[in-house]
Amino acid sequence: MLRLTDVHLAYGHVHALKGVSLAVAAGEIVTLIGANGAGKSSTLKAISALHPLRSGAIEFAGEAIHALPPHQVVARGVSHCPEGRRIFYDLSVRENLLMGGYLLGKKELEERLAAVLDLFPRLRERLAQAGGTLSGGEQQMLAIARALMCNPRLLMLDEPSLGLAPLMVEKIFETVLSLKKGGLTVLLVEQNAGAALAVSDRAYVLETGRVTLAGDSASLARDERVVKAYLGG
Amino acid sequence: MSGRRLTHDLFFYLGMLLIFLPFMGGKVAYLPVVFAAVWGLGRFVRFAGENRGIVRFREGVVTAVAERQRLAIALILAVAVGLPFVSSNYLIEVLTSALLYAILASALNITVGLTGVLVLGFIGFYAVGAYTTGILTAKFALCNFWVALPLSGLAAMLCGILLGIPALRLKGDYLAVVTLGFGEIVRIFLTNLDRLTGGPNGILGIKRPSLGPFTIDQPREFYWFALAVLALVVLAVARLVNSRYGRAWIAIRENEMAAAALGIDVFRKHLLSFSLSAFFAGIAGSLFAVKQGFISPDSFTFYESVLVLCMVVLGGIGNVTGAVTGAFLLIVLPEFLREFAMYRMLVFGAVMVAFMVFRPHGLLGSRLIAREAVDREDAGAA
Repeated sequence: MLRLTDVHLAYGHVHALKGVSLAVAAGEIVTLIGANGAGKSSTLKAISALHPLRSGAIEFAGEAIHALPPHQVVARGVSHCPEGRRIFYDLSVRENLLMGGYLLGKKELEERLAAVLDLFPRLRERLAQAGGTLSGGEQQMLAIARALMCNPRLLMLDEPSLGLAPLMVEKIFETVLSLKKGGLTVLLVEQNAGAALAVSDRAYVLETGRVTLAGDSASLARDERVVKAYLGG
Repeated sequence: MSGRRLTHDLFFYLGMLLIFLPFMGGKVAYLPVVFAAVWGLGRFVRFAGENRGIVRFREGVVTAVAERQRLAIALILAVAVGLPFVSSNYLIEVLTSALLYAILASALNITVGLTGVLVLGFIGFYAVGAYTTGILTAKFALCNFWVALPLSGLAAMLCGILLGIPALRLKGDYLAVVTLGFGEIVRIFLTNLDRLTGGPNGILGIKRPSLGPFTIDQPREFYWFALAVLALVVLAVARLVNSRYGRAWIAIRENEMAAAALGIDVFRKHLLSFSLSAFFAGIAGSLFAVKQGFISPDSFTFYESVLVLCMVVLGGIGNVTGAVTGAFLLIVLPEFLREFAMYRMLVFGAVMVAFMVFRPHGLLGSRLIAREAVDREDAGAA
């Protein structure tokens, strides 16, 4: 469904991605793990066209998307829930969600809103409240819900568990699993490697802008190098 | 806290003002002093009861207005429409210029307040609007005011688009500097394009607008005309804020990257807000030209740009009514403080610094503050 071939990306002189190649098949959860600065977030930014590539190709559903502007990538069904929640503090929860469905028609938007709120009943209680007044966990839920508003085929989550209480982390990952059951493909970036490997089908390990290990999550979770570097073994 | 209690507060302040009014002997110059005294008294009363005076007063106004929005708007409009019947021509002149600045501030609020793009040379668009009207109706007498008015808006909008396409690719301070340059370029052009603009002498003899036999000539009539235009502009901006576009602008201001990730074309939305605010500034400029009857480059200095920006900041960035309030405060108060004209800029600076420290969100604040007040009330009721 998604295929990255030898993707290079740089911020000025900083070469963040040095030839990343990876693939995500329809209906699976794939995790990217790696240390800070390994290029996990940059990979997601490259896919959603928030940062231009230096070279390489990105293909989604058989179509090259690396030359498209971000809003057209979203229109093709790739939704990016960026790191640090980034909800709109000054807009209400409802308005935040409406922004997520920015490219939808009016009728479709209402239907989508109802469907997303069924997934996150907590947000329904808070519809009129300003986004900035929500708790951290609620903000993360809102960020995910907002990313789901455009009815994506591929959802990219960047560090959804960052700074949340363990109970909340569990809840977020439960949500991700239930989304997968609904047929959604998920590309997950996580520091919390243990929890991420537990929910995902396959995983890639990134180190300094390169993929160093790849495989199914269960065997990677047992891999000596992964255990040593990311699971605190 | 209950809404009733809050309207109570409001009535207390207004009532105290009315009680003091006869003692002033018609000298409006004392108005700020009286207001300060009333405020101090109110603060003392509040202090004796619960020491949360000013916070609650502000929340009170916001909640009361939110609750009885239609009533409040009708009341303000009624006062604004009726004012010329009871005030002197001098006061009407002052208020009319405040109205023009209010249009300008509302326009700037679209870019600075809603989209979060700092524009420093905003007066350039105002100048383009004013000169378009001057050139079309007086210099070459090509058409009447009613044709020139929309054309002035469109001319300013065109400048906005031409400036915006290259400039909006920049961010933050860099963009601000480019727009500052634009304001200066416009002024220098106006000074040197003698054939078209009359150079430093400006354009004389711009006629007041007329419609058939009826001419908007009296200060009072022009005041109403400007008020009507302001009402339309505020209505337009208020509708925009609650539309798909307005939400997209606020989303971009709040978090540009998240907005882009959700499929909002950031550049186009920036350009739209930029050109729309230029359009309204052009309209304001056109009104300015016919109000003064004479325009010259001296009316469009950097100081004016800063003044308009201060209005937006003072009233509350991103707040539709805030921009109008800020405009009235910054135009009307200095007129009442003419005795202290020498120290005007000093006071002005001090007020701005005080605002940065004590009211970083401006006098009326952003939507968030309003909503917090309402939320708290809901929580209190539950």
